[in-house]
Amino acid sequence: MKIQELRSRFPQLKESVYGKPLVYLDNAATSMRLDAVVDKWEQMSLKFNSNLHRAVHAMASKATEEYESARLATADFLNCSEKEIVFTSGATDSLNLLAFSLGESAFFEEGDEILICEGEHHSDIVPWQMLANHKSLLIKVLPINANGEIALSQLPELIGKRTKLCCVAHVSNVLGIINPVAEIARICHEKGCLLSVDGAQAVQHLKVDVRSLDCDFYSFSAHKMFAAPGVGVLYGKLGLLERLQPYQGGGEMIESVSWKGTSYAGVPHRFEAGTRNISSVPAIKPALAFLNDLFLDKEIIDYQENIIKYLLQELNSVPGLHLYGVPSDPSRKIPLFSFTVDGVHHEDLALVMDKMGIALRSGQMCAEPLMDRFGVSGMLRASFAPYNSMEEAEYFTASLKKAISMLK
Amino acid sequence: MNDLEKAKESIIEDFALFDEWLDKYEYIIGLGKNLEMFPVELKTDDRLIKGCQSRVWLDTKVEDGRLYFRADSDAIITKGIISLLISVYNGRTAKEIASDDFAWIETLGLKENLSPTRAGGLASMISTIRREAEANV
Repeated sequence: MKIQELRSRFPQLKESVYGKPLVYLDNAATSMRLDAVVDKWEQMSLKFNSNLHRAVHAMASKATEEYESARLATADFLNCSEKEIVFTSGATDSLNLLAFSLGESAFFEEGDEILICEGEHHSDIVPWQMLANHKSLLIKVLPINANGEIALSQLPELIGKRTKLCCVAHVSNVLGIINPVAEIARICHEKGCLLSVDGAQAVQHLKVDVRSLDCDFYSFSAHKMFAAPGVGVLYGKLGLLERLQPYQGGGEMIESVSWKGTSYAGVPHRFEAGTRNISSVPAIKPALAFLNDLFLDKEIIDYQENIIKYLLQELNSVPGLHLYGVPSDPSRKIPLFSFTVDGVHHEDLALVMDKMGIALRSGQMCAEPLMDRFGVSGMLRASFAPYNSMEEAEYFTASLKKAISMLK
Repeated sequence: MNDLEKAKESIIEDFALFDEWLDKYEYIIGLGKNLEMFPVELKTDDRLIKGCQSRVWLDTKVEDGRLYFRADSDAIITKGIISLLISVYNGRTAKEIASDDFAWIETLGLKENLSPTRAGGLASMISTIRREAEANV
């Protein structure tokens, strides 16, 4: 596929801001929506709106079929069984569900430990801290090195007898480095520790196969992969999900309810209480199909590799610019670049570049401990998606240089 | 038109010279760069304006019923914005400032063109200046 053809599938890319063409480089926060996703959402809202799993009427079956086929498509996408796919409202919701349910399911005893990577964002820290407070657990930190890579050699010794769970991002939202999840899973499992992976930043860029990664849990959000907001996924190995207590009660998550007590439905439905996001969940299907094609598209893959190479080279040549997250193997970098510039405040840069039409993220990026690790109050982040063109990358670097000279 | 109104008018006119927001920003950045040096010993927590994403310090001195401001920030655009405010209100009487409606800032359109966090910071700067004046009326 040519880049222009790819771009034409995302209508919002044609927008302009302050009279300038929009250059959207905040894809790690949320990605643009694919035209087919909007079509599916519209169809679900205007033609097939009905609640799921309950009534016998035609519309209810149609809506249920659409919803459950989204589960199948997601299972295919990740290479797992559809019973292992729980739909949530987003990656944060997935992680909160997991933390709560693990806490209710006799996985942990008082004094057990959870090991969390230093590169995590708040959604993969705070739910575990809440669980730790509630269940008297200890949180330990898996450090990263100055390049932003996980200190893998320290992992075996950090997993002690009481370490029951390790939490890492597949790709950090600040560092953009693809972490060696399969290797981490192997080390964890040798030591009898489970591994939960936050895949929110990975699914837009990588073909994820949970079987070959062999992680125990994998969480992500649909809105970061061209689909609709309000939908997330929690993958869990079937044997583990079956041992988990539900997160919320109500709706169709039950088997039977009486005043004497309630028994719960099987997995995954026991984790899906109340009315689900019946319009947006089916809209994940076209996004997954689109990504499956994209991951096989040699022309797009090469194009994007060139953009990464170009940006690494250009950013490193800007005087006073510090890039965070530079892996020793450049093929482990997604096109996400967080940086600071000596003598220039990140907010100033973001504001000036916004007026140039460029959407960037600035600040702590929901990863305050990571900002502390690098001794900065915040960073500026440019996160590219496959639809961002080389012309946009060139405009970005030229604008960055102009903005720095204005501000210095 | 009194002197305070003239000072406001002059900034509004300066702003109107630029069609593009990028140029208005360049003007604000210039003001930030030219702001009088702020003694490092005045960078204390009690001078920090709360509610700003970047750090902003404001020092107020009262002499003969008139208020004199000095300020600094680690972000240059914030510094430029507080410099705008200082250039209008510096050396005015507490009564003049306390009874002002600060409406001229709205006409600059700054609020709409700042990030939401910066717009909140601007509101905090205004209320701090107003509070300092009210305390000295």
